[in-house]
Amino acid sequence: MATPGFDEPRIASGPFANYHLDHAFDEMFDSERQPRKHYRALYDLLLKLPAEEMRRKKQAADVSFLHQGITFTVYGRDEGTERIFPHDLLPRIVTSSEWQTIEKGLTQRITALNMFLRDIYNEGRCLADGVVPREMVYSCKHFRRQMRGVTAPKNIYVAVMGTDLIRLPDGRFVVLEDNLRVPSGVSYMLTSRQVMKRTFPELFQHTDVRPIDHYPEALLTTLRALAPEGRGEPNIVLLTPGVFNSAYFEHTYLARQMGIELVEGRDLVVHDNVVYMRTTGGLRRVDVIYRRVDDDFIDPLAFRSDSILGVAGLFNAYRAGNVTLANALGTGVADDKALYAYVPKLIKYFLGEDPILDNVETFLLTEPAERRHVLAHLEKYVVKAVGESGGYGMLIGPHSTAEQREEFRERIEADPRNYIAQPTLMLSRAPCFFDGRVEPRHIDLRPYILCGDKVTIVPGGLTRVALRSGSLVVNSSQGGGSKDTWVLQ
Amino acid sequence: MLSRVADSLYWMSRYLERAEHTARVLGVQLNLMLEQDPRSSDRRWLRVLGSLGHPGSVTENSDPFTRAQTYALRVITGGIASARENARQVREQISSEMWEHLNRLFHEVRRMESAGLWQSQPLDFLAVIVESSHLVQGVTDSTMNHGEGWQFIQVGRFIERAASIARLLDIYFHEFPAGQPMDAGEHMEWIGLLRSCTAFEAYCKVYTADLRPERVAEFLLLNNEFPHSVRFAADHLQRSLEAINQAAASKRSPRVAKIAGRLSAGLMFTPLEEVVATLAQFFADIQKQCARIHTAIYEVYITYPVEAAIEA
Repeated sequence: MATPGFDEPRIASGPFANYHLDHAFDEMFDSERQPRKHYRALYDLLLKLPAEEMRRKKQAADVSFLHQGITFTVYGRDEGTERIFPHDLLPRIVTSSEWQTIEKGLTQRITALNMFLRDIYNEGRCLADGVVPREMVYSCKHFRRQMRGVTAPKNIYVAVMGTDLIRLPDGRFVVLEDNLRVPSGVSYMLTSRQVMKRTFPELFQHTDVRPIDHYPEALLTTLRALAPEGRGEPNIVLLTPGVFNSAYFEHTYLARQMGIELVEGRDLVVHDNVVYMRTTGGLRRVDVIYRRVDDDFIDPLAFRSDSILGVAGLFNAYRAGNVTLANALGTGVADDKALYAYVPKLIKYFLGEDPILDNVETFLLTEPAERRHVLAHLEKYVVKAVGESGGYGMLIGPHSTAEQREEFRERIEADPRNYIAQPTLMLSRAPCFFDGRVEPRHIDLRPYILCGDKVTIVPGGLTRVALRSGSLVVNSSQGGGSKDTWVLQ
Repeated sequence: MLSRVADSLYWMSRYLERAEHTARVLGVQLNLMLEQDPRSSDRRWLRVLGSLGHPGSVTENSDPFTRAQTYALRVITGGIASARENARQVREQISSEMWEHLNRLFHEVRRMESAGLWQSQPLDFLAVIVESSHLVQGVTDSTMNHGEGWQFIQVGRFIERAASIARLLDIYFHEFPAGQPMDAGEHMEWIGLLRSCTAFEAYCKVYTADLRPERVAEFLLLNNEFPHSVRFAADHLQRSLEAINQAAASKRSPRVAKIAGRLSAGLMFTPLEEVVATLAQFFADIQKQCARIHTAIYEVYITYPVEAAIEA
């Protein structure tokens, strides 16, 4: 770690001896180096508790994670493919008023995105009105022409959304990206709360933390609301790609918590456009599928024919309205990183409102002027491939070599539609616990938004942490961890 | 219950039972070999191959001992790997304790294999398999809900047991026909047969150490209290299929329980004299019935045709 400059402020007490402030927004301390009001209880506790006690708590939490089997799969390893999800002991705290803004902003966003999806797969008004260029939609690799003319139940295409928010140095929350296909991570939010309650009962007692345990029930209600008409007690199932999927733990966890059957593609059959699951008691009709399988793999007849994870004929049953898929197919077009740049305009167009949560400034490299500007200053920007996620396929300008920049320059010029650029963002920082010391690390926030009869956002989310000092990459595949997120009453 | 889950539980259990049975048979034979005329060795190992269900191809030119060793090792290690893989597929349906023990057994086998224990200490190796299998079965019975899934585990275990004991008896009675005077060597072989079914002590309690082939047959076939007798296995098989029939409430499923009931009834009501008079036929019939039960389970619960199920 770099030695801090002489006049760089730091909090010089107890476990905070190494806690330096810089120009990133600090969740715990204000610019006067005083703990913010809502972090006061945690701050006092950290000063009071002996380092030994903190280590003990950390250990107890680790063991608890291991015993609950809260793991994720690391690909490409022969033995021990399951690892514990790295987590940090200290909660990230969000005030009630901050949460209100987030809640309103995300409700507005999912509403507009659902209207947008309905529109592009049906009338295409926003395309005709030139709000979004047609080629931007049709060239997106997640656009599904098979969905043309298909209307989702209650016009809800996205029933479950995970949106990544970051906090800028001025304290504003902004949207970094949306996940509209099969967002994951919610099981870590739920289980880490369980662990924290056991680890910090004293802190919970003195802090009004809003509960999140009702998420599975809220998800079930959302799925039930989307069942095909006339199916009184709908049979809802969770479709998983199987044990080898990195989120398999989450699939089993959610199925168990909701009390629904966890099925694989081979458990389902389609007959006369009706979906059934094979049980020992015979075939049982399926009404709603919470699917955690990507579009491409869901039906070998309609999409990739080499897929063995899906169900032949499922798409036709869906089109016939005999089964609901949540999320609908083709929702990925709205979380394309280039299309993201149009979301504020879409909110204005469909809802007539100004966006409550802003986007991050984004340069579309298909625009000649923007492309020229970015290419001239590559060292200042983060360049992302539009279809990638998980922190792959990125150029981080300030940390790049001339060679890497040259490579990206060529790639951008060859296929500008495939890339966007954003300024290097200073993610906010929060205190994290490292072997007796408290140090700041960069974080983001992914709340989970449910949309059925109404929009429900459980007060909390997955706070991801870049565990390496100075790093801005929070993805779990790239050395990121998580924190419990506390939203106050 | 999902058909796939039932299928995995059934095979998890069958594979484990098969590995255990194979390990026990092999252990007994390795022991017997130590005290016997090396000239009879080939016949012994051909017999072992037959009793373990080796398809018996003539193209293999290695000696029967090597062939039996290779084959048994493959059945054991492959069986444990398959049992674990099946358990892994339905990880959330079984108890954590079951998974832990089965997983541990799998890794232990791999460790022992790579450490060369199979060559240096085969009896120790085999003992670990048998003990661990007992452990997994005990843990299963005491930590898992005795619902439909557990019943499928029972079915897998007992169908495998009934069929493999019948096959073992078949080979023995073919090799040492009953009613002929027994020499010391043969005496050892009959003890070996009982040991292969963990039945020596239990047999002695019923008939004393006075070994007679007809009694061995009676005990291993018809005893209703000994867990490694065919009758015991058939009774439990039928009971579990009956319970599954109740739980699944499938319109066609009485068929399976009926077929299983026939096997059980045959063992219960066929007079001993008749059994002894037609031993070979009787053994073959048991194996055939087990195969029929297996097919029926698949037809009714696992891979039934969609059309048939829709009309039902």
